[in-house]
Amino acid sequence: MAARWIDSDLFWSFRHRPGVVLAAVIVVVSVLAAIFAPWVAPHNPFDLATLNLGDALTPPAWTPSGNRTYLLGTDDQGRDVLSAIIFGSRMSLLVGVLATLLAMATGVTLGLVSGYVGGKVDALIMRVADIQLAFPAILIALLVDGVARVALKTHFSDQLALYVIVIAIAASGWVRYARTVRGSTLVERNREYVQAARVIGRHPVAIMFTHVLPNALGPVLVLVTLHIGEAIITEAILSFLGVGVPPTQPSLGTLIRIGNDFLFSGEWWITVFPGAALVILVLAINVLGDWLRDALNPRLR
Amino acid sequence: MIAFVLRRLAQAVVVMLVVGLIAFALFNFVGDPVALMLPPEATEADREAMRAMLGLDRPFYDQFATFIVNALHGNFGISLRLGRPVSDLIIERLPATLELSFVATVIGLVAGIPLGVYTALRRDSWVSRFLLAASLVGVSLPNFLIGIFLILIFAVWLGWLPSFGRGDVVAIGAWTTGFLTVSGWKAIILPAITLGFYPVTIVMRLVRSEMLEVLRTDYVKFARARGLTDRAIHFHHALKNTMVPVITIVGLQLGGIIAFAIITETVFQWPGMGLLFVQAIQFADIPIMAAYLCLVGLIFVVINLVVDLLYVVVDPRLRVERAAAAQ
Repeated sequence: MAARWIDSDLFWSFRHRPGVVLAAVIVVVSVLAAIFAPWVAPHNPFDLATLNLGDALTPPAWTPSGNRTYLLGTDDQGRDVLSAIIFGSRMSLLVGVLATLLAMATGVTLGLVSGYVGGKVDALIMRVADIQLAFPAILIALLVDGVARVALKTHFSDQLALYVIVIAIAASGWVRYARTVRGSTLVERNREYVQAARVIGRHPVAIMFTHVLPNALGPVLVLVTLHIGEAIITEAILSFLGVGVPPTQPSLGTLIRIGNDFLFSGEWWITVFPGAALVILVLAINVLGDWLRDALNPRLR
Repeated sequence: MIAFVLRRLAQAVVVMLVVGLIAFALFNFVGDPVALMLPPEATEADREAMRAMLGLDRPFYDQFATFIVNALHGNFGISLRLGRPVSDLIIERLPATLELSFVATVIGLVAGIPLGVYTALRRDSWVSRFLLAASLVGVSLPNFLIGIFLILIFAVWLGWLPSFGRGDVVAIGAWTTGFLTVSGWKAIILPAITLGFYPVTIVMRLVRSEMLEVLRTDYVKFARARGLTDRAIHFHHALKNTMVPVITIVGLQLGGIIAFAIITETVFQWPGMGLLFVQAIQFADIPIMAAYLCLVGLIFVVINLVVDLLYVVVDPRLRVERAAAAQ
């Protein structure tokens, strides 16, 4: 398996693109740091007992009044910015990946049904997709998020906010999967193996998921990689606008929002470092996604 | 042709009805208007009276029809948070958003077209490579971060430009404009650059790819063979022919700019509709959310409709295809 991978065209094109290798390293390091955040982070920004208000607003370590225990400085409550970034990217990645997977599952299912069943179902799903495509994703996400907040006003908790934001981002991104999968399904459903499965009397749902789906998944993988970066940005925007992840479990967007209040008193590090972390993470994911799209597209070889 | 126009118009009306239905559902089912408007100690009889007064006891389609009629008259009720008619609030905030979006679009065109022409003509220069790489980074950069970095540099560190608000505005009838005062111009620079950043990258990439395409065509080769100057070829023959897609994309982007103004307005505390909408979400102010939804839906539907119709007017080849597709 490993030898096969090392010999493959994909790995060759990977090895010969230093930018892509760098991006992959950044993504792997970020994901590992996010998974093992409690062990990796130098401090625990959520453990109130270890916070020391006397250390609040310490600038980064290399500035004259910096403190070496806090490499990137601290915020107004004495939380270590570096640790907050590690925990924040954990939240950003979690929401981004969950939202992407939910969007993929929804979009792929609707696309399969649309393409395989056809007729009025197809027309309905595709009309909804058309209408949604006319509006920018961020507007849809904001709207779903806003409606959920109003509808669940009485019992809106921090835990619920997380689900709401995942659903909001997924709702704004399922169309691309539905369209792609519908296209492949329309081609596949008239192939002989599908007809054969139908003749021996397999259930349509089984045919859709075990026969058609595996043959329609290739382009979906590329969409997923490119979508994760976008989902992370959407989450950051919602959190920045104050309608995203709650401040008790901050994501990178929440950290930027919090830091934004300190911009004018000169404490730039509280917002600049989480911002830089967000840009680097999303850029690395996008570079990987672009590479994967080009590498898997035989026409561009 | 007429059939196509009618079909598109009918589609637009259907989309608006769907948007209206969502806004109506938001208004009537998500938030309970009776509970919102009555004090908590109200009796059951008060509730019934209120329901009758608001027409909530009437059948669904009747209520929806009333909502549509009211919406067409610009009547969206009263803001729960600010206690003022929503239509007044929106009209007050509309000029700020439109002026910001307009300046951002102008920046997109004025900066994007020359950059696109340059990167197409000097394909291999390092400046072009740098610009293309930068535009890729720009796409990965959420625009609130651009705003924050601009504030940090130009407002906090250099102190050259204001970081929030519109500056002094002058009222011309119902319209307030910041274009007539120095502080208004200073205030719009940073938000407009922030909002215009994305359009610049889009226009630049589009003009570049269209120019590369056009420069390969026979009529450009013929123009060269006739001995025309590079200048005449590039700007008269080539650039002119890239303008149709550029205008279309910019037109379609206009709606996106107004939507993304939500974020820019929050960063710069720009007193426009977007800021109003974000605050409405935070405070569950349903009438404003419903009104904003209808207004933005209308803007998008109109833009898409106009662009679609313009396509047909500008490009005669499409008329035949569309007419065939309509049958």
